[in-house]
Formats: sequence, C-alpha cells, structure tokens
Amino acid sequence: MRDIAVVGIGMTKFGELWQQSLRDLFVEAAMKAIDDAGVDHIDSMYVGSMTPGLFVGQEHIGALMADYLGAAPVPAMRVESACSSGGMALRAGFFEVASGYSDIVLVGGVEKMNDGADVTYALATAADQEYEVYQGVTFPGLYALIARAHMHAYGTTHEQLAAVSVKNHKHGMMNPNAQFPREITRDQVLKATVIADPLTILECSPVSDGAACAIIAPIEIAKKLGKPVIKIIGTGAATDTIALHARADITTLNAVKQSAMAAFKMAGKQPKDIDLAEVHDCFSIAEICIIEDLGFTEKGKGGEFTEKGHTGISGQIPVNTSGGLKSKGHPVGATGIAQVVEVTEQLRGTAGKRQVKDAKVALTQNMGGSGASSVVHIFQKEV
Amino acid sequence: MPSPRYRREMPQRYRLEAAKCNQCGKEFFPPRLICSGCGAKEFETTKLGNTGKIVTFTTIRVAPDNFATQVPYNVAIVETDNGVRVTTQVVDCKPEVLKIGQKVKFMFRKLYTEGHTGIICYGYKAVPL
Repeated sequence: MRDIAVVGIGMTKFGELWQQSLRDLFVEAAMKAIDDAGVDHIDSMYVGSMTPGLFVGQEHIGALMADYLGAAPVPAMRVESACSSGGMALRAGFFEVASGYSDIVLVGGVEKMNDGADVTYALATAADQEYEVYQGVTFPGLYALIARAHMHAYGTTHEQLAAVSVKNHKHGMMNPNAQFPREITRDQVLKATVIADPLTILECSPVSDGAACAIIAPIEIAKKLGKPVIKIIGTGAATDTIALHARADITTLNAVKQSAMAAFKMAGKQPKDIDLAEVHDCFSIAEICIIEDLGFTEKGKGGEFTEKGHTGISGQIPVNTSGGLKSKGHPVGATGIAQVVEVTEQLRGTAGKRQVKDAKVALTQNMGGSGASSVVHIFQKEV
Repeated sequence: MPSPRYRREMPQRYRLEAAKCNQCGKEFFPPRLICSGCGAKEFETTKLGNTGKIVTFTTIRVAPDNFATQVPYNVAIVETDNGVRVTTQVVDCKPEVLKIGQKVKFMFRKLYTEGHTGIICYGYKAVPL
C-alpha cells in the first residue's frame, strides 16, 4: 500500500442553516477543501451521508454532488454506515488511493437534518428496526440504557457524565464552526430537560446541518503541495451486534475496541502515543465508554478520568478539542470528516486558541448506531 | 408498515418464538439463519421464557411521531430466564419503581397505531412482577 496524506480540508459552519440546501452545504465544504489543497482536479469522490432520503427525500447523492461540484464525470458514490458514514467514506477513499488506482480523492460527508423530517425516527433507523425501534426505543434511549448500566456496574455518577458536556462546550467556544459555541455549567446539564432518563438534553448532540470534506493523496504529491504533510498511518473498522440488547456487556463498545486495535496495529502505535483524539460523543456516556474502549483509561474509570480534567485541552489526552458532536454539532454523515478537519488543523498547528501544544499524532473515532459500527484513523505529522 | 412485513414477525411478536442452535445450543431471538456463535445452520424452534429480569432501563420522554402520545414510557433490556435478552417497554408501573434486577413477565399488548390509516401494531411488553 502507498503512504497517504490529507492534503486539503474544508467544512461549513454547523448549525441550523436554513439558507443552504444539502447540495449547497456539500459543495461549499468541497470547494474549501480543494482550494486548501491547491489541486486542480480530483480523480474520484466518496460522499458519506446517513439518510438524505429520509431527511430531504434525496438519494443518489454521489452523482448529485459530483454534478454540482462541476466534477462530473469523475466516479462518485455515497457511503453509508449510519453516523459513521463520514469516517467510512475516508476509509473507502484511503483504499482507492493506497491501491494506486487513483491519486487525488475527495472524501466528504454531509447531512441536512433541519428540513422538517421526523429526526428522531430517521436516526432510529440506525438501530434494529424490528426489535428495538418497534418497541419505541430512540437513540437517546439506547444510550440512556448504556448509561444506566455503566452507572450500575462502575459507580459512574451523573455528575461525571455531565463533565463530558461541560468540557466539550468549553472547547467548542473556541471553534468558529461550532453550532453551540457557549459555556455550560454542570448544574445546567443536570437540571436540563430530560430526554431519556438519566440523559438530559445537554447530554445529547444536537440536530445539525453541515458538511465537511478532505482531499487525500499519495505522500509524493502531498510533499509538492507545500503544506505540512499529515500522514494517515492507520485505519481500522469493526462491527458489533445491531441491537444493543444482544451484547454480552452493554457497557463495552466492542466495535470501538476492535477498530482501534486494527488502527493501532497498522500505525505501530499505542494509546499512550496519541497526542489528541476526536471521538464520537453523540451522548455524554458515549465519550466515557469510548475513551475506555480506545484504551486511554481503564474500563469503568472513564467518568472519573473526565471529571479530573484529563481529557481537556491541556490534559493528559485532549479529547474533542473541536467541541465534539455536542458543541460543534452533529450533522451525522459529516461528523467523521469534521473530525479529520480538526485533527488536521491541530497537526498543522493552525487550530488557534484550541491548539494542543506539540501535537504530532492524532486519532479520530467515528461510530454508527449504538456502536454497531466504528471506524478509527490515526494521523501523524511528517517531520 | 406493509402487512407482509408485519405478518412475517408475528411468531416472535405474538408468541415469543426463538431458535436454538442444534450444534452449540445458543438461543436467538429473533431466529437467525446462521448461528453467530458457531456458524451452524440447523436450529430448533423454542419459546422464550415468559418471565425475566431487568438488565438496564430508561424512560423515554421524547419519542418518534408513532409513539408521541405515549410519553413518558419505560423501556428496558430484559434477560429472560433462559438467558436471551430483548428490548421491551415496561408498563403498568411508574418509572420510579424500576430497578436493575427487577423481575418482570411478558404480556401481549398494543404497541402503536401507524399514522392515520396504517395498521394497529401488537407485540410483547413487560410488566413488573
């Protein structure tokens, strides 16, 4: 396989973007990424999106985006893996470039969630439609089931869960693209409207519109483009049971563990080598389970680890410096690529107030459903 | 939901029919074509026990449109006496009485009415013992 680098990044602001359509969002992010890379063409493209069909009644968005980007007739297809569609689009593009078939590939993600669809229903299609959703389960509900089990098994407190939201909002305040760039307090989190006990609305990622894109290319091309070379040194993906109830341990996200193991192995790295991570904090409890299952802390200690500030920007392992899904926003298909945008900024040293000092190795983790799919990438700044 | 799709799931939703792998004995609800434990393809039809205990639970307060009139409602993962886990609503009780380890039994109930012209959907729900 060839060595590959991220050569360009671009994203829209995340939020309720009433003036922009699904295609407007994607094209804006794609143009920014192409400009940032300084390339004059792309060889192909992958568009991560969870369910544009349910959100805006539009499928076939690979071709749509290639058309509106003025890139047709390049090959284009949509990649779907629920909320990990973006990360999986990067993985698909990675293999196309690694194989030598293509040189310059655009990998992106987009979701337009605020156009009037029943969002709770649309998102729930990522769960087992016949045996979870049929009973009235929602995504906040599934993560609430994980939260309750984690609290019971490890003594994790609601205050510790709230610390995830407080920390991510603190980071998001410094991100100009964040949907909710404002500080929140622990008491505000705990006293907010309950969505699915014990999770309150301030522990749930918001409903967002947005797009993010990255351009990837072989390292030889990257070196000629004049920007710091951010290599992708590991990719890993894994699956787990679609239904949460079918897992032997409700509190362990095995797909996260397995995808991380594969990416660490390929990169020749360990959790202690990572300088910062962007992870899939769709709900407060998700970040707790993920930092445990990625190996940043022991199983069961994620709450305590977060409460002590170890995942803050100047902590032991900064997690979600972008504000994460909670503060930055979560246009589901775009999230996996927005994570790439953040770690690329960090490794280039252009993350402004959010900059993690001397960041050299970064990890992204993007997850689908209640953890039935997960994709991890590891990036390293070439020195 | 088109009626053929609804009808296909009736053995599970109405009668809790499960499948037990002839080779390794692992039990599945709903039945599968391939055992995820050992890869075997031969199963015996079994029935889930009628009782079980709560593994974890929540109360849903924001629901999709089909369930919007039911909020708040309780949902739990229940482990049946033969060790199979299912997601189910827990009804006929207040949220405060739920706890991990709580014994429940399954009842046949209405789940929801589909839109304005759709079918009435039935299935199992749990009730505390």
